[in-house]
Amino acid sequence: MGDRFEYRDVTVNGDHGPIISGFSARIPADGLTAVVGPSGAGKTTLLRLLNRLDDPDGGEVLFDGRDVRTYDVLDLRRRAQYVGQVAVPFPGTVAANVGPDASGLLVRVGLDPALAGRDADRLSVGEAQRMCLARALARRPECLLLDEPTSALDSSSKIGVEALIRSLADDGLTVVMVTHETRQALELADRVLEVGA
Amino acid sequence: MNDLSGRISWADVALALVLVGVSVVVSRMRKADLERDILVATFRSFAQLLAIGFVLEFVLDGNGAFTPLVLLAMIGTATLTSGARGRQVPGAYWIAVASLSVAAAGTLGVLLLLGIVPAAPRAAIPLGSMIISNAMNTTSLVMSRLRDDLGAHRREVEAHLSLGETAAEASASWHRAAVRNGMLAIVDSTKVVGLVALPGAMTGMLLAGASPSSAIRLQMVVMYMLLGGNAFAALVTGKLTVGRLFTADHQLIRAVRRVAGA
Repeated sequence: MGDRFEYRDVTVNGDHGPIISGFSARIPADGLTAVVGPSGAGKTTLLRLLNRLDDPDGGEVLFDGRDVRTYDVLDLRRRAQYVGQVAVPFPGTVAANVGPDASGLLVRVGLDPALAGRDADRLSVGEAQRMCLARALARRPECLLLDEPTSALDSSSKIGVEALIRSLADDGLTVVMVTHETRQALELADRVLEVGA
Repeated sequence: MNDLSGRISWADVALALVLVGVSVVVSRMRKADLERDILVATFRSFAQLLAIGFVLEFVLDGNGAFTPLVLLAMIGTATLTSGARGRQVPGAYWIAVASLSVAAAGTLGVLLLLGIVPAAPRAAIPLGSMIISNAMNTTSLVMSRLRDDLGAHRREVEAHLSLGETAAEASASWHRAAVRNGMLAIVDSTKVVGLVALPGAMTGMLLAGASPSSAIRLQMVVMYMLLGGNAFAALVTGKLTVGRLFTADHQLIRAVRRVAGA
């Protein structure tokens, strides 16, 4: 399989100088790619460039060989679903958050389908993170962009979510995961992309 | 005659300064440190009212063609105030001028088209000034509230965007809250009108010797007019502010995303 994403000489400026400067890398379509690096290295920014929550100040980002800016941005975001570091349940029930076929998706992410009727803001942090994954999967994406998906979780929910992420990659989704934990990257990912140092 | 129209002399104005003196004394006694502000406010109100008095005398004295100019000057001044209040929103002054112009033109337009008020400077200027000053507050409120809320809730907004929603969809609940917030004051004062306070237009007519029944009819028109004017302002400001806080590609602008080190 070819590259799903490619960064070409990407620069992103912050308020006090560049966050990322002249960064180039490729992310293959298959499996799980972990992006690791110290905090402040611009890992989250790199992830946000992939679904155009942000655009680079220099260089380009390619999706399936074409500059991301040439796609319809709403379609690009549907295809490459981004799940942020902190789970953000929307007001309403779990079912309303996830959408049609909520129970099937809840099972897929390891949640009890009986939770469908519960208020989303009454879920535990770990449950909310899984629900956000189910909500992303409901859009039938080709890629999942995960920003520190386990950093807010306790160790037992963390192991479960890690296994879930691995199984999603095994199902054929392109998974790009930002993490500050080298251990997690090495254990979980098919390849590791190091940023900054 | 018991009415006050034409009865207030400059000597009466000077006498009324006694009450300004009272507020200065209270401020000093209670160490409120407002003496200087009170004097500045008194002087400014004197100068501003004197100036508008001359302008109105001139316009009402057969120079009605200047009415649009007076209204434009009011819109201009209100734009500067509202634009400065919302200056964290890019293009705040443009948003303010659009909002205030639509509010004034839309509301006065309806009143004139329906023949509720005559197309005369004596009606257009005071009514226009009420619409503009109320719409100014609404414009400032909607702009700053939307900017603050989208900044504070940027994670939620971006979670919506990430699912493939448009900027309008992603900001809908905060947009709604800002519009509501902008209109609430006038809705509340419309609810309690006559119970808590006799509002300005009505008071003015009563003092000028009009019958209570004609005073309340005018006041009703004024309240409904202000509801309409504020609705126009909230609508235009909300729509344009959302347009400025997101890029054409449905991204939150960086200035909003980087609130508090995001």
